[in-house]
Amino acid sequence: MFDLDRWDEIFETIRKNKLRTFLTGLSVASGIFILVILLGIGEGMRNGISREFEQDASNLIYVWPGVTSKEYKGLNPGRRIQLKNEDYNKILLLYGDKLDKTASTFQNWGRVLSYGKESGSYEVRGTFPAYQTLESISLSSGRFLDINDVDNSEKNMVIGQRIKLDLFKNEDPIGKIVQVSGVNFKVVGVYTDKGGEREETRAVIPLTTAQRAFGAGNNIDRMYLTLDPEENFDKAVAASTQFSAELEEFLKSRHIVAPDDNSAINVNNSLENAKRFYTLMDMIRLFFWGVGICTIIAGVVGVSNIMLIIVKERTREIGIRKALGAQPMSIIGMILHESIFVTAIAGFLGLIFSLTLLEFIGPMIETQYIYNPTVNFTVAINTVVILVLAGAIAGFFPAWRAARIKPIIALRDE
Amino acid sequence: MIEISNLHKSYKMGANSLHVLKGINFSVAEGELLSIMGSSGSGKSTLLNILGMLDEADEGSYVLDGVPIKNLSEKQAAKYRNKFLGFIFQSFNLIGYKSAIDNVALPLYYQGLSRGERMDKAMSYLEKVGLADWSGHLPNELSGGQKQRVAIARALASDPKVLLADEPTGALDTKTSYEVMDLIQEINDEGRTILVVTHEHDIAQMTKRIVNLKDGVIIEDTVVSQVRAMENV
Repeated sequence: MFDLDRWDEIFETIRKNKLRTFLTGLSVASGIFILVILLGIGEGMRNGISREFEQDASNLIYVWPGVTSKEYKGLNPGRRIQLKNEDYNKILLLYGDKLDKTASTFQNWGRVLSYGKESGSYEVRGTFPAYQTLESISLSSGRFLDINDVDNSEKNMVIGQRIKLDLFKNEDPIGKIVQVSGVNFKVVGVYTDKGGEREETRAVIPLTTAQRAFGAGNNIDRMYLTLDPEENFDKAVAASTQFSAELEEFLKSRHIVAPDDNSAINVNNSLENAKRFYTLMDMIRLFFWGVGICTIIAGVVGVSNIMLIIVKERTREIGIRKALGAQPMSIIGMILHESIFVTAIAGFLGLIFSLTLLEFIGPMIETQYIYNPTVNFTVAINTVVILVLAGAIAGFFPAWRAARIKPIIALRDE
Repeated sequence: MIEISNLHKSYKMGANSLHVLKGINFSVAEGELLSIMGSSGSGKSTLLNILGMLDEADEGSYVLDGVPIKNLSEKQAAKYRNKFLGFIFQSFNLIGYKSAIDNVALPLYYQGLSRGERMDKAMSYLEKVGLADWSGHLPNELSGGQKQRVAIARALASDPKVLLADEPTGALDTKTSYEVMDLIQEINDEGRTILVVTHEHDIAQMTKRIVNLKDGVIIEDTVVSQVRAMENV
């Protein structure tokens, strides 16, 4: 390894056989490059998709009523189920120890909001402070509703970014008064939602205020509940599935709905979505690993092939060297030393090039489904080592055979 | 220097076996310049390959400078080749990507000499064959005669006991052939043992002894009065 003369021989061989060295190196470097880029894109897709769906990945349970589809206990189908504050409070009472965050909402579509000369029709939604976390809402200015707003039925309002742009243009809306059906609301905050613009055409006010202002009594439309976190995903799924079933059963019996009526009470257990989401993530990872392994195999085959050709090409030279007194081990050593040196250098060049590309281009990629593509450095290094070893093994057998050929036969090789 | 007796060699050709050498006996003393003649298929190249440890005999004994050459391991054969023998081939067999001086230095690399020593020695042998000015050139930048002289310098570099030349002038024109033979004669004059395989009579006449081979046996072994190559150039 540290035999300077050997290195001298190898450098001379490399210098004098630039094309051969370049092609060997290129095949190794491009193999590594493609693999790292693929793994990086795979990781980027995982990141992108996980960012895209992260709001749905939490263990949110979402309840909304519908219309009965079955006759039950003398009640006709087609009856609309109306949830009440009492339903919500009862659930908190019964399951409070299991629940993490909760909110109920009352929704009003098509309310006209006006400020000065500007006005527009938007959804106004009454809810609780926890709604912010449950819907992953982030504020761009001001504050969200707090418990005082709900307790005192304050006429405070948090508006979506779209409403702010429509009504206020460039003006700062915080503290301004917006009229909704003749009732004055004070804007206390502006929010943005990753869900898109449609989610931002909504004004959020305290539930109590909404029920009063729109004459809803104690009606509610939806309930959002999250469970306390569990140790791992599977346990969370089990707990969440069980709770959803219990909740559905409870609400169905409370509202006299047939147990098998699936349209009257809807409980959406989005942990199942999360499960699908995690499965999707795993599938993506698996796919890219599959592609990666195939790429390595292709790389190994390519490197082996090149080594075979190199040894074949050097048969005569080997014969000459043997006639001049080269020992078999020295022949094998020379070929392997050269091949390992070339593949290792090329492999690391490919690695550095691809990692640099990911490092600099990666953060610029901001498409919907690819985000921050990176690759595990250890994985990348291991790949290079595998390819170099494969090259060495692939080079060893023909080198060994070449070293054993009688020089007279090697010399006859034209 | 070389003692061989009852040497047999046959090659298997599928089901048939081709008996190439059928009991060769001869000896070569130190300082001889000997040519082995014969038509193609007479077994002269096979004999040379066995003498050069590039091939092995089936039967018979071969003693080189007092060392029996029998059942050698690859490693030993390589060592003996390096120490005892220098090869000159018809097709020169220079390594194409190495310069003249690096080709000459190659046997010295396998002797384990340092780079400086190798270069000094190689240069002195290149000077000896008159190619000092061409030391940095690649083989394909040299003429046939120059290539063969580089090959001779390389064969001499390891200071071998015996030089084995297989049709050294086979790829050269007459004038160049004689120049190469002149060089070989000069080297022999210094006392080195040289075996030349050839099928050309004029080349054979430039050696001191002619061994004539036919169908795997020696039919004639005569000492001749040497023709100096320089006289014919």
